[in-house]
Amino acid sequence: MRLQSRGQICYLSRLPENAVETGNMSLDQDTIRRIARLARLGVDEAENATYARSLSDIFAFVEQLNAVDTRGIEPMAHPLDAIQRLRPDVVSEENQRDKFQKIAPRVESGLYLVPRVIE
Amino acid sequence: MHQKSLSELAAGLRAGELTSEALTRHFLDRIERFDGELNSVVTLTAEQALQAAREADQRIAAGDAGPLTGIPFLHKDIFCTDGVRTSCGSRMLDNFEAPYDATVSEKLKQAGAVMLGKTNMDEFAMGSSNETSFYGPVKNPWDRERVPGGSSGGSAAAVAARLAPLATGTDTGGSIRQPAALCGITGLKPTYGRVSRYGMIAFASSLDQGGPLAGSAADAALLLQAMSGFDPRDSTSIDRPVDDYAAGLEQDLDGLVIGLPKEFFDEGLDAEVRAVIEAAIEQYRSLGATIKDISLPNSSLSVPAYYVVAPAECSSNLSRMDGVRFGHRCDDPKDLDDLYTRSRGEGFGAEVKRRIMIGTYALSAGYYDAYYLKAQQVRRLIRDDFVKAFEDVDVIMGPTAPTTAFKLGEKSDDPVTMYLSDIYTIAVNLAGLPGMSIPAGLVNGLPVGLQLIGNYFEEGRLLNVAHRYQQVTDWHTQRPAGYE
Repeated sequence: MRLQSRGQICYLSRLPENAVETGNMSLDQDTIRRIARLARLGVDEAENATYARSLSDIFAFVEQLNAVDTRGIEPMAHPLDAIQRLRPDVVSEENQRDKFQKIAPRVESGLYLVPRVIE
Repeated sequence: MHQKSLSELAAGLRAGELTSEALTRHFLDRIERFDGELNSVVTLTAEQALQAAREADQRIAAGDAGPLTGIPFLHKDIFCTDGVRTSCGSRMLDNFEAPYDATVSEKLKQAGAVMLGKTNMDEFAMGSSNETSFYGPVKNPWDRERVPGGSSGGSAAAVAARLAPLATGTDTGGSIRQPAALCGITGLKPTYGRVSRYGMIAFASSLDQGGPLAGSAADAALLLQAMSGFDPRDSTSIDRPVDDYAAGLEQDLDGLVIGLPKEFFDEGLDAEVRAVIEAAIEQYRSLGATIKDISLPNSSLSVPAYYVVAPAECSSNLSRMDGVRFGHRCDDPKDLDDLYTRSRGEGFGAEVKRRIMIGTYALSAGYYDAYYLKAQQVRRLIRDDFVKAFEDVDVIMGPTAPTTAFKLGEKSDDPVTMYLSDIYTIAVNLAGLPGMSIPAGLVNGLPVGLQLIGNYFEEGRLLNVAHRYQQVTDWHTQRPAGYE
């Protein structure tokens, strides 16, 4: 757990134990609130029940994966088992700050403006 | 003019019988005339198109033309286009004018293809019906009360109604093949790594691939040729020469071995769709192919594995949409956390939020092994089934979708039922293989797609197998009524 800016934001690294365990999938509205919070996703209180229902359905559906014996199976990250290429560390792009900042919501003197973070 | 094939149009342009400018005006007029009811185009770039057409005409006159020079196309609004709004079907990017071109956009520009505009799509490509778009649903030109499929629904509907001869699409779990099937056109998802993902807004990075939607395999071959190739700017791009797809089209099918996975003909398949697929297989037998029954025992796990892998990757990819450097920002944020939370809450629609939450949950500490790692292991089992099958067969065939186009609204309240419309396409993405859908018949006036799956980098073989079928059948030339 990490605290930031006067303790307003705390990043949960782990969902509480009373959140749902796999095997008996049913997510309650508190869990939905916590997930939305982790994802920094504004979700209307009125929609929580709908999300709780549909996520429960989806995770119940996903449960069938547990019936498969995957001991010793290497997880597959790339379909062709390719690995990341390395390239020479040379400059390949020009600075286009003005062009990129033209589409930003708020900028000033070449900086992106956000609400005050540290007081 | 809009019923002509690409090679006929290109020949007409080269012979001076028509100009790209006239061709471009013709298709712009068709969009004007028909798209009010279809809603397949979200941004029309008429001025830029006419300018590009005039430049193409000069190239053609100078003898510097390729097969796509002067040919109009529509571009899925997931590909970044320098200076042109790239919305990805989302309110989040409704104000986003991309500051650069995707590699695919750049390649098509260099080929001299003329972009008419950007097509509607499910929000961030998450959907199988084109109903999740911020810009409203696309209608299927065969029956406007029905969905065109998704997520490349705008591209598929536009090509089916001949609002453009060609369109681009992307396919993460079936988003090229399923709408191609439901709209009665030809679509191809290439091998993972064949088409650059640079500048293609990421949904699930280990699954996403761009590809062509067209009126025939021969036309799709020309667009795929222009889209494909190694790109150092995409770290998952494969450095391997691109085959000459047009050159391989005519190859004989004598001795071709087609595998039919029994899992693709289960009880979930509509009986009338099955009959169409079986008739198409018979057609292949008469073209000299041998049919072999095969099994892909783990393919039934592909939808559940996908709904862990894809949302997990999407929750990570979409974290870049935070209201700071581009895209939607909420009014009067009280602090940085409020800015993130409300900008994302307002910018994303319900299905995107749902998938971000699935992914966030599946990736949260304590659950990562149980969900993501497990799904990645199952993914290998699914891939290994295909690898084994391709030891005995050249291509695998089956239905693209379990039913024809369904009604608007029919599945939108039930995510799991909606997800199952991709039951035959998803395994191909998980395995990273090339797959294709071609029109194979009609059921009650609605198109049915035959799916062709090839071994890695055998796009050319798929196009060849599709082309030979299209030479002896006319399903791909059938058009929806009212768009003559």
